[in-house]
Amino acid sequence: MCHETRLTCPRMTDTPPPTVHLHSDGEQVTLVLGGSWRLDQRLPRLLRAERLLAQVPAATRLRFDTAALTGWDSGLVTFVAGLEQLCRTRGIACDVDGLPAGLRKLLELARSLPQTGRGGHAMQPAPSFLTRLGGDALDLIQSTGEIMEFFGEGTLAFRRFLLGRARFKHSDLWLIMQEAGADALPIVGLVSFLVGMILGYIGDQQLAEFGAQIYVADLVGLATVIQMGALVTAIVLAGRTGAAFAARIGTMQVNEEIDALRTLGISPMEFLVLPRMLALIAMTPLLAIYADLLGILGGAFVGTVVGGITLSAYLTQTQLAIGWNHIIQGLIAATVYGAIVAASGCLRGMQCGRSAAAVGEATTSAVVTAIVFIVIAAAVLTIIFDAVGLS
Amino acid sequence: MSDAEHEAGVASAPVHIRLEGISLGYGETLVQRDLTFDIHRGDVFVIMGGSGCGKSTVMRCVTGLLAPWSGRVLLGGESLWQLSAARRNTLMRRNGVMYQSGALWSSMTLEENICLPLEQYTRLAPEQMRAIAEYKLALVGLAGYGDHYPAEISGGMRKRVGVARAMALDPEILFFDEPSAGLDPLSARRLDELILELRDSLGTTMVVITHELDSIFTIADDAVFLDADSKTMLATGNPHALRDHSPVAQVRAFLTRGEADIDAVA
Repeated sequence: MCHETRLTCPRMTDTPPPTVHLHSDGEQVTLVLGGSWRLDQRLPRLLRAERLLAQVPAATRLRFDTAALTGWDSGLVTFVAGLEQLCRTRGIACDVDGLPAGLRKLLELARSLPQTGRGGHAMQPAPSFLTRLGGDALDLIQSTGEIMEFFGEGTLAFRRFLLGRARFKHSDLWLIMQEAGADALPIVGLVSFLVGMILGYIGDQQLAEFGAQIYVADLVGLATVIQMGALVTAIVLAGRTGAAFAARIGTMQVNEEIDALRTLGISPMEFLVLPRMLALIAMTPLLAIYADLLGILGGAFVGTVVGGITLSAYLTQTQLAIGWNHIIQGLIAATVYGAIVAASGCLRGMQCGRSAAAVGEATTSAVVTAIVFIVIAAAVLTIIFDAVGLS
Repeated sequence: MSDAEHEAGVASAPVHIRLEGISLGYGETLVQRDLTFDIHRGDVFVIMGGSGCGKSTVMRCVTGLLAPWSGRVLLGGESLWQLSAARRNTLMRRNGVMYQSGALWSSMTLEENICLPLEQYTRLAPEQMRAIAEYKLALVGLAGYGDHYPAEISGGMRKRVGVARAMALDPEILFFDEPSAGLDPLSARRLDELILELRDSLGTTMVVITHELDSIFTIADDAVFLDADSKTMLATGNPHALRDHSPVAQVRAFLTRGEADIDAVA
């Protein structure tokens, strides 16, 4: 028999399940505990003991009989602790003498150790609708302030760059340009080619009804050069590069690397954000041109294979349809999108809290922010281009 | 510097850093209030106190990362938080900070980590900077590790590189945030010795944040005790003197691992 400690207790292959019974003797009741009270067993719930006790309303004293107990661990300790609590509320004296000595010691230990006073959050009532509304409004004001500050500092850093006084590593700039630009070629190319094919296929189906399949070239060419090329590039970059920026800067925040820069008097705005902004502003238009070409090729593939147009006719028609004004629109849009992706990534990275979870949130938030603002910018730019007569 | 020399030196050493009525916190949470103490030039000054009492926050304030709610931080007589950002930047550059985790820039080799401050603020030729980086690495016992990345070395080594980087610009003040945290006793001991050796040979003022008693008694000339419950400082002075004579029971308890009364009897 081994009541005392679990370590000396041999593991039985056929452990008896824990049992609990109640012997009532008038005012005095005895709880008979038997079997193995271990965490790997299906332990009786406290509710069961409560029901048993409720059957003896006259009880004033509770004792334990553990002769049939074959083993125990925290499972029994918490059960007995709960039972003691129960007895106090019912005014029943709880006599623990019948319990194994080790268990009594453990119960005593949890009671007697000084607990750190301020642990746990004070229970607060759920905030009312107005409190939440006010809190959200204050948060909004604060986050707007942070964004303004970011753009203010960003503008100052850009000015220092133009004056040739910005402190950052030029090797960093080249590396980021390569990672954001050249390394993105395969994925941007693939997505653009497929989007071009989709546009071409839809156009071909509709225009075939009028026998005007040759205009597939106009449709795909214009849509791609004016908007889709830049948009596809920007969205790929938001997921690929913007997220990487946020994760990178966020991790540096967690690791106190940003503090280390600041204490050396190096502005993280210049050292980290500026090269990333410059790299994307430079690379996004270039990627967009590449995306335009691949998009047109995708359309041409569908136009020739499905629509039966000769390749030279398709390309000539494309050439006729696209003017310089369209190309300029696309490039301006791409530059703006690039700036948005870089700014979202860096902003969320800089705002990142000091935990692993915060880095995850920053990354998600960077992508979402970038895509939302890209779509807004696309709408605004379309209106502006129309107003200035570029379209 | 021997103890006797040092005792004599305390009175005459000029004040390097002075905190006057500093209160600080994050958002609306007060961390510490009414902090007033002096740190003398060339001293090893320990900011001690239990976990979570705001030692690191105080350091962030003194190193120019976190503006205090009220009060002044005087660095060599200039009030850090009343200066223009540009001037504050210049002052901050005279500080070196070793962060708890080392905070090495993970995308750069150890040599590049030490060279970055030099690239930013000096006109040295690349090979001169490399020589300085190699020398600083040798000072912390890591000569030859210049081309390693931070992820390739152990935690204790990272901390030592953190010290080397903090010393890159030959700072007047070196801050150490929990230098011995997470180190085995021998490495912790070596880091303590390094702090003392550097102070003795360079005369740098050292501000060390720690709660390791061994460290405190080995290195500290002077110290301040911050309390988490009352959110303010309870005592300043030499830790040995505080342990034996401080009128504040909490300070004695901290410095004797809660055995103050037993000691008093013995």
